[in-house]
Amino acid sequence: MPRLNVNGVTIDNTFAEAFGMRATAIVITAPNRKWARQAAVTMTGFATSVIGCGCEAAIDVELAPSETPDGRPGCRVMIFAVSTDELQKQLQNRVGQCVLTSPGSACFAGLDGPNELKLGAALRYFGDGWQISKKLGGSHYWRVPVMDGEFVCEATVGMTKEAVGGGNLLLLAGSNAKALAAAEAAVAAINDVRGAIMPFPGGIVRSGSKVGGKYKGMMASTNDAFVPTLRGVTKSELEPDVNAVLEIVIDGETSEAVAAAMRAGIKAVTRLGPVKGASRISAGNYGGKLGKFHYHLKDLLP
Amino acid sequence: MKALTFTLRAEPPERLDLSPLTPQGLAGLDKRAIQEIRLGQSKLASTVGDMFRVSGSDPDSIVIEGGSSRFDGVALGMTAGSLRVAGDVGAQAGRAMRGGQLTIEGDAGPHAGSGMRGGRLEILGNAGDHLGAPLAGELAGMNGGVLVVRGRAGACVADRMRRGLIAVLKGCGDHAGSRMIAGTLVVAGGAGEMPGYLMRRGSILLDRAPKSLSPSFVESGAPDSVFATLADRHLVAEGILRRPLLGKAPRKYGGDNAVLGLGEILFPA
Repeated sequence: MPRLNVNGVTIDNTFAEAFGMRATAIVITAPNRKWARQAAVTMTGFATSVIGCGCEAAIDVELAPSETPDGRPGCRVMIFAVSTDELQKQLQNRVGQCVLTSPGSACFAGLDGPNELKLGAALRYFGDGWQISKKLGGSHYWRVPVMDGEFVCEATVGMTKEAVGGGNLLLLAGSNAKALAAAEAAVAAINDVRGAIMPFPGGIVRSGSKVGGKYKGMMASTNDAFVPTLRGVTKSELEPDVNAVLEIVIDGETSEAVAAAMRAGIKAVTRLGPVKGASRISAGNYGGKLGKFHYHLKDLLP
Repeated sequence: MKALTFTLRAEPPERLDLSPLTPQGLAGLDKRAIQEIRLGQSKLASTVGDMFRVSGSDPDSIVIEGGSSRFDGVALGMTAGSLRVAGDVGAQAGRAMRGGQLTIEGDAGPHAGSGMRGGRLEILGNAGDHLGAPLAGELAGMNGGVLVVRGRAGACVADRMRRGLIAVLKGCGDHAGSRMIAGTLVVAGGAGEMPGYLMRRGSILLDRAPKSLSPSFVESGAPDSVFATLADRHLVAEGILRRPLLGKAPRKYGGDNAVLGLGEILFPA
């Protein structure tokens, strides 16, 4: 495979393969930044992969009071799923259990679009008859009485069918510490890209997977080609001096957002260089036949 | 095209029904046909041509230059476009409006915006009694849209209101929001006796504590309210108010418990 080199970091001439998904976004606000983040972190817990969690979700950006509908600190959270029904179910359960319950919270639509999901329109029944519907201008809110006052929640939220899930970067390094340093640099850079989230813990995956496995019923199993300890027993992708690989998985509101996020990640990793971070960047794909979206690393160089 | 303009020749000798002069009512009519429309409600039977000089041609934008308290039914049932009256109007201005923008630069008589369903009605002067309210025998009053009175309004503002927003900026008479079914009534400048009398649901937002309340309202605390912030921001963004009305944690009275009791009266703590 021909390879490119930027600042001493080798970049494979390969591509990341990603899939079309359904996505929505909400804005969670709270009396202060701490509690806005808390509600957002709680509702995006156990939302790393659609394989086992039903959806992939994370904080997109934190919003200053001047950027939110109610003038309080907030977070924009994005949620991705494979079908509209599943997305609706996950949204309703997660907002109902994690945002409604969080002190002082309110919840607003974070995405416009022709397709709509129920937000407050599904949660209002918690009000047991004392919920109040309010329309102000073009917005429809539900006000649900709760023990610290009122949970205000926009009735509906837009949904996009243009979302993309599964953009990725594989960061190969000489040691675990270097791999982690490279991955953290990539995560920090991608956090600044609007419309893109990294749903795994802290944005990083250490257990990259391939489709299927030797055991019946396993949808995914370990990506042995990138496991350093299996170099002797499998068809490995790793050269002898690679001792750790970490993956960044990216979901985006649009294909452009995924590309922008991968570009930002590659830039951060190459800037860090091979001495402190990754010696090589690769990407995961399934031969190009499964996913509609292909992101060639050579097109995303800084 | 220039706005279709009706310039009043002299004070009308009889009550006029101006309801034919709406954008949809005049669409497709030539100037001659417009001048022949009968407006007078007595045996004098004044026509448009008798009362007004007509100029311009765009029926989507109508201007009535000059006003009179004898102008009844201005913009009745208007669905789109704009209508501006440079003067006073009589009863039932903007009644049953469904869309478009009606501006009255003077005062309005009783039942302005009665049974409105949409659009925006702005009265720069004062309004009479029963603003947005139903006529006798009707079950619901205002049913949507935005109604702003920059001056003062009379009694029974928003009676039986069901949807939409009414804002009165220089105070109103007694029984504001009486028998409200839902919707939002904003009164700055002080409401008269017993606002919210027999209201079922809906919100009455005041800029000060009400001077009297029906005894079947209950004090309901003053927790932080996101809704108050949203309402304040909306009113300022829409150009209805210059500064926030309620603040972050307004006091609330719930009622009227003589009926359903799901309504609220909010005012700054």
